[in-house]
Amino acid sequence: MNNILILPLLVPLLTAALGILTRKKVNIQRWVSILGMALYLIVAIIMMGQVLEFDYITIQAGGWQAPYGITLIADILAAIMVLFVGIISFTVILYTLMSCNKDEFSPAFHPLVHFLVMGVSGAFLTGDIFNLYVFFEVMLMASFALLTLEGRAEQTEGAIKYVVLNLLSSAIFLGGLGLLYAKVGTLNMADISLISQQAIADDNIGPIRLAGLLFFITFSIKAGMFPFFFWLPASYHTPSVPVSALFAGLLTKVGVYSLIRLHTVIMPGEVLGHKLILIMGVATMLIGVLGAASQMHIRRILSFHIISQIGYIVVGIAIKTPLALAAAIYFIGHNIIAKGNLFLVGGIASNAVGSEKLSKIGGMWKAWPQLGIIFLISAFSLAGLPPLSGFVAKFSMVWATLESQLWWVMLAVIFTGLFTLYSMVKIWNEVFWKDHPDPNWEFSKSKSSLRLFPMGLMALIIILLGLGGGPLFDICLRAGEQLIDPSAYIEAVMRV
Amino acid sequence: MSLVIGVCYAAAVFLLLQKRLIQIILGIALLGHATNLLIFVSAGLHGNSLPIIPAGMEVLPATAVDPLPQALILTAIVIGLALFGFSLALAYRCVAVLGHDDIDQITHTDSLDDSSLIDNQSIEDNINS
Repeated sequence: MNNILILPLLVPLLTAALGILTRKKVNIQRWVSILGMALYLIVAIIMMGQVLEFDYITIQAGGWQAPYGITLIADILAAIMVLFVGIISFTVILYTLMSCNKDEFSPAFHPLVHFLVMGVSGAFLTGDIFNLYVFFEVMLMASFALLTLEGRAEQTEGAIKYVVLNLLSSAIFLGGLGLLYAKVGTLNMADISLISQQAIADDNIGPIRLAGLLFFITFSIKAGMFPFFFWLPASYHTPSVPVSALFAGLLTKVGVYSLIRLHTVIMPGEVLGHKLILIMGVATMLIGVLGAASQMHIRRILSFHIISQIGYIVVGIAIKTPLALAAAIYFIGHNIIAKGNLFLVGGIASNAVGSEKLSKIGGMWKAWPQLGIIFLISAFSLAGLPPLSGFVAKFSMVWATLESQLWWVMLAVIFTGLFTLYSMVKIWNEVFWKDHPDPNWEFSKSKSSLRLFPMGLMALIIILLGLGGGPLFDICLRAGEQLIDPSAYIEAVMRV
Repeated sequence: MSLVIGVCYAAAVFLLLQKRLIQIILGIALLGHATNLLIFVSAGLHGNSLPIIPAGMEVLPATAVDPLPQALILTAIVIGLALFGFSLALAYRCVAVLGHDDIDQITHTDSLDDSSLIDNQSIEDNINS
């Protein structure tokens, strides 16, 4: 039963290998890719069911007992994350298949996506902090290659910033690992948690806190938090549409997930300052949304919105009550779907009208109203209008700030929501509502109309997430309660 | 030893702050090596025998070094090598496509008004795809 935990790593790895073997036969490779992703999604659903039943699933790799071996562990948070990775990757792969032009993507595209998924799920499932670093690198390698797949000038520019900052953060992470190992002599997250609890009791937390702060900087860079977010809007709009949708959905969320793990399980208590994280979260939220308001390029607006949404999640992590954590977790899930879908819609709309600059496009509503409806659902969800998923996420976040009596944070949350709506309305007006600046412009949608299907699927998920908000939020609440009290996690890792 | 690490870090930061891409990449590589040394030191420098239980003994002698950080460094070196290779290829590509490696001029993807040659290219590519 526990062995299911290895499947989210094994399935993408094998699919990627098969994808490399079939690189010369585009048709077979496409089938291999989508089947592999479907299998991953099924595994993720089964794992979710098992975790809900048993709370934790663990395996010790190679039968070496914790804390000596490498532990894989899934709690509810990790299972939720893997499930959403499955959903977004499946729809994005589906999107790439819904095209008549078989040579649109390089033969390396599908294997790289599967490697990326493997790295991301490894980061979610591992219980060993060095292993987390290794999976980060797997994910980064795949994302570097995906980002530069077409080798265009702007991609190269974006990639330089992305690569340099991410390598820097990896070096900082590794430095933190060295310092931490020198102090605690273990790399197992549960074991570190025990030792740091002991250190707090002995009032000797300094060295562990130093390593913790280095980790915090690393995860903030990966998550795109203020003041470390500059690589994100510089690079996310440069790759092809499905790649940027995947990046928007997955990469920053890994940083946020690691931050949750660090702040609750690995270093429980007051090791990292709550205030520091809270202020950074609020600043991220505001700067992101204001940055978006000043942009006039579809995918750049959306990139800045990723940053502001990360701010919400970080605020939830900083408040650190079960309710706030649950809101953060729900927010991550909602954000993965809504953001990924917006990137797909924005990308396909700008491909159809020939530019991504708002001043040069228009008239999409008349030409293609179905796409407009899908955009509206995703955009209103991002802005937090009921009954869509974003409403549940934002409402619970506001509720969590009220519960902790953080009035100024609540105001910032509501203000950011309003400005998100403003940006979304801006895209709506410019892309869909106004007439196309060139009166002779003619629209042909025939070659990509099938692509509405995966996007419609995501829009449906957004609506379902919103309508089913109550029971789903209860699951997130359970995940939040698990995180607040790491003793059960430690027990699950350490038991024979 | 800590002095060596410190000098490595300082040199790496200095290189990172330079203007040319190749210097930045070398800086990152050096940063990686400094970090590897840091992990190496984290095992302590006092060990003077192999971490193998000698014949006739039941436990490791107290003087044995901790082998785990060395395994970690090995992993980190391999990953670092791959990433270094990738960044060199990227720098080469940058010079080939953009014609220079001055990072002060790599600002197109950040500017609000990107009406440069690069944007036109991307439009053509988008239409083609």
